[in-house]
Amino acid sequence: MAEIKTGAEIVWECLLREGVEVVFGYPGGAIMPTYDILAKLKGKIHHVLVRHEQGATHMADGYARASGKVGVAMATSGPGATNMVTGLATAMMDSSPIVCITGQVPTGAIGGDAFQETDVTGVTLPVTKHNYLVTEVENLAQIIREAFYIARTGRPGPVLIDIPKDVQNAKIEFEYPTDPIDLPGYHPPAKASDEQVEAALELINSAEKPVILAGHGVLMSGAMKEVLDLAEKGSIPITTTLLGIGGVPASHPLNMGMMGMHGEACTNHAIQEADLLIACGMRFDDRVTGNLKTYSPNSKKIHIEIDASELNKNVRVDVGIHADLGTVLRQVNPGVKKRDRSAWLGKISDWQEDTSQRDILQAETPTMLAAQAVRAIWEGTQGNAVIVSDVGQHQMLEAQYYEHEEPHTLLTSGGLGTMGFSLPAAIGASFHVKDREIWVIVGDGSIQMTITELATAVQENANVKIAIINNGYLGMVRQWQQLFFEARYVETPISSPDYIKLAEAYGLPGYRVDKLEDVISTMRKAQEHNGPVLIEFVVEEHDMVYPMVPAGADLHAMIRRPHPRFENMEM
Amino acid sequence: MKQTLIALVEDKPGVLNRVASLFRRRNFNIESLAVGHSETPGVSRMTIVTDEEEYLRRNVVRTNLLKMINVIDVQDVTDAPCVARETALIKVTADAATRGQVMNVAEMYRAHICDVATETLIVEVTGEGDKIDSMLEVLNPFGIVEIMRSGKIAMTRGAVEPRSSTVAVSANGKAHGK
Repeated sequence: MAEIKTGAEIVWECLLREGVEVVFGYPGGAIMPTYDILAKLKGKIHHVLVRHEQGATHMADGYARASGKVGVAMATSGPGATNMVTGLATAMMDSSPIVCITGQVPTGAIGGDAFQETDVTGVTLPVTKHNYLVTEVENLAQIIREAFYIARTGRPGPVLIDIPKDVQNAKIEFEYPTDPIDLPGYHPPAKASDEQVEAALELINSAEKPVILAGHGVLMSGAMKEVLDLAEKGSIPITTTLLGIGGVPASHPLNMGMMGMHGEACTNHAIQEADLLIACGMRFDDRVTGNLKTYSPNSKKIHIEIDASELNKNVRVDVGIHADLGTVLRQVNPGVKKRDRSAWLGKISDWQEDTSQRDILQAETPTMLAAQAVRAIWEGTQGNAVIVSDVGQHQMLEAQYYEHEEPHTLLTSGGLGTMGFSLPAAIGASFHVKDREIWVIVGDGSIQMTITELATAVQENANVKIAIINNGYLGMVRQWQQLFFEARYVETPISSPDYIKLAEAYGLPGYRVDKLEDVISTMRKAQEHNGPVLIEFVVEEHDMVYPMVPAGADLHAMIRRPHPRFENMEM
Repeated sequence: MKQTLIALVEDKPGVLNRVASLFRRRNFNIESLAVGHSETPGVSRMTIVTDEEEYLRRNVVRTNLLKMINVIDVQDVTDAPCVARETALIKVTADAATRGQVMNVAEMYRAHICDVATETLIVEVTGEGDKIDSMLEVLNPFGIVEIMRSGKIAMTRGAVEPRSSTVAVSANGKAHGK
C-alpha cells in the first residue's frame, strides 16, 4: 500500500530492503535530511561515523571484500564527495562492490557554484562502474535498486548516487518497486559456447607445460573448487595474482604462489616457459606480465573473464571466453583428460628448490627483518586471520610470507595501490568477520595516511589488531631508489609519531616490538584484548623485497636475492 | 582504414558525455561522432569514427563501449556493407564574376546552394567523406571562408537485423528511472 514518504525515508527503506546492516559515513549540510531519519532506525541499521570520507569508502570496500555483500558509504556534497574519489577508484580497480550515496545541493542551485557544490557525477565518472544524479524523487527507489544490482553483478564495482537536498526532502506517495530490474544495456554474461569449450579443451589436453593463472575472479565467482578440480585433474600448476591469493590454498602442492613483479621466481619462469596459459579471472596487469613483447612467448592462451573488454586488451589470446568463471570451468572440467605432467612439475620444483635456498627467514641479523615479522604474525595467528595489508614492501612480503589457505582472508589494494587502505578497510571488515582475528599489516608511511581512523576503531571498538612495520622509510620507493636511482634517497626517510603514546592518546593499547623472539608474546597480549590494539614492529631499514622484475622488464629478468645466503646480500 | 561504429544508447542526460569521456580516458581517438534520435523512443543512435587500425584494438574499443550501462548495443560496421554519409556546409568566396563557376562546381557534386550573399555562397553537400574532400579541393581556389562538417553517419545495408533491435524495443526509458 502506498504511503507518503520523503526521499530521505525512501533512501533508508531501500537500504534496509537491500539487506544493508551497516553504513559508513560522515554527515554534512546537503545530506542532513537523510541523516535525520537515522534517529528512527536504531537497532535496524548501524551507522559508523568515520573521521574522513576516504575512510568511509575503504571501510565499505573492506566490508564488501570480506563479506561478498555490497558495502555502503555516505557523505555530503562537495568536499565530502570529492574525498571519496580515492576510495571509489580503489574499488573500481579491484572490482569491489560498493554503493556511495552523496548529498548534492538542491536541484535549483546545481550549476550555480553553490556552497559545497561539486559536479560529483562528473568527477566520479571515470572511477565508478556507473553513477546517478537523482533529479526526481519518483526515480529514487528504482535508482537505488539498480545501483545495488549493478554493483554486485557482472564484474562488480562501485556505484555512486548523488541526491540533491530537495529530492531528499520531497514527499511522494511511495510504494517500493518490485518488478525485476531490466537494464537494456546491461546483461552480465552467463556461460561459454560449445565451440569455446571445445577449443579450450583441445588446448588443455594437448599442452605439455600448462600453467593456470588464478586471479581475483576466482574469488569473485566463487570458483575455488572448480579451479582446483581443473588443476588436479590435469596436473596443472597454479600461480595466483596478488588479489587471487586465497583462491587456492597456499599449501596445495600445485600452488606455486604469486606471479609477477614480486612473485615467486618459479612462477615467472614457469609462465615464460609454458606452452599454455589458462588465465582465470585476471587481467594481465603490467605488474604481472612485465614486458608484453616477451611475455610467455611460446604459449597458447585461454582467457576466461567476465569483462569482455579485458579480452585481448593487454595480451593476445587464442581462446577468449566472456563468461562467469565458475560456470565455464564446470563446462570445461569434465572434458579435461588426466595427463602425466611430471616432467613439467619436476622442472618447477627445481626452481622452487633454488628459491628456498635464498630464503631470509633463518638469517641471523642484528635487527628484525620485515619478512620475519610477517612470518611471525602468520605463526601467531596460525595462518588463520583475515589480513588487511596496505601498499608497499610490507604488502609484498605479506603476499610472500603469510600463507593463506582460504579465500577472502587477504584484503589489499591491488590495482590502484592505495596507501592508507588497510586500517579503514579492516574496520569495515570487522563488521562482518566475527569468527577470525583481523590483522592490519601496514607500513609506517601507509598508516600515517589514514591514521585518523584510529578514532573510529576506538569509537566502534572494532576488533582489529594493527601491526605497523616501521622501517623509517617509504620502503618500496626507497628500494626503487636503491636499484634504479643510484641510491639517492630523495624524500623517502619518514619520521613517525611515538605510536605507543599515540595509541594511548586515542585510547587503545599500544606495544612496541624490536626483537623477533618477543613477537609472539606481544601478539598474545593483543589477542587477549577485545578491541583495537596497535603493535609497532621496529624492523631493518634497508631490507629489500626479492625477487623483483623491474617495471617494464622481461618477466624472467628478475633481480634475485643474492645466492645462497642472506649474509652475502648487498644492503 | 578508419573504424566506424554504430552505437545504440539510452537517451538520457549525460550519456554523450559518458561515451566521449570513455574515449578520452582509454586513449582512443574520436575522428567524428554524430548522435540523434533513433526509431525507438528513448534510444539514440550514434555513429562514431575512430582512427584505430588494428583489429584487436578495435574490438577493445567496442567492448569498452558495450560495457557502459547506458550503451545498449554496438556494431563495428567498418567492414560491413553500409551506407555512409556526411554533410558539409561550405562558405565560399563568390562575387558576381565567380558565382557562376562555383555554382557549376556545386552542380557537378550534386550540392545545393543554400545561401547567397554579395561576397559569398553557402554550399551544402552530402556524400561519403572522399566526395566532400574532393569538392573542398576544387572549391579551394575560390577562397573557402568556413567549413562545417557533420561527421559521418552510417547504416548497414539490407534487412540485416542488428542484434540490439529486439533489446531496444524494451527500452522505453520509463522503466529505467526516467
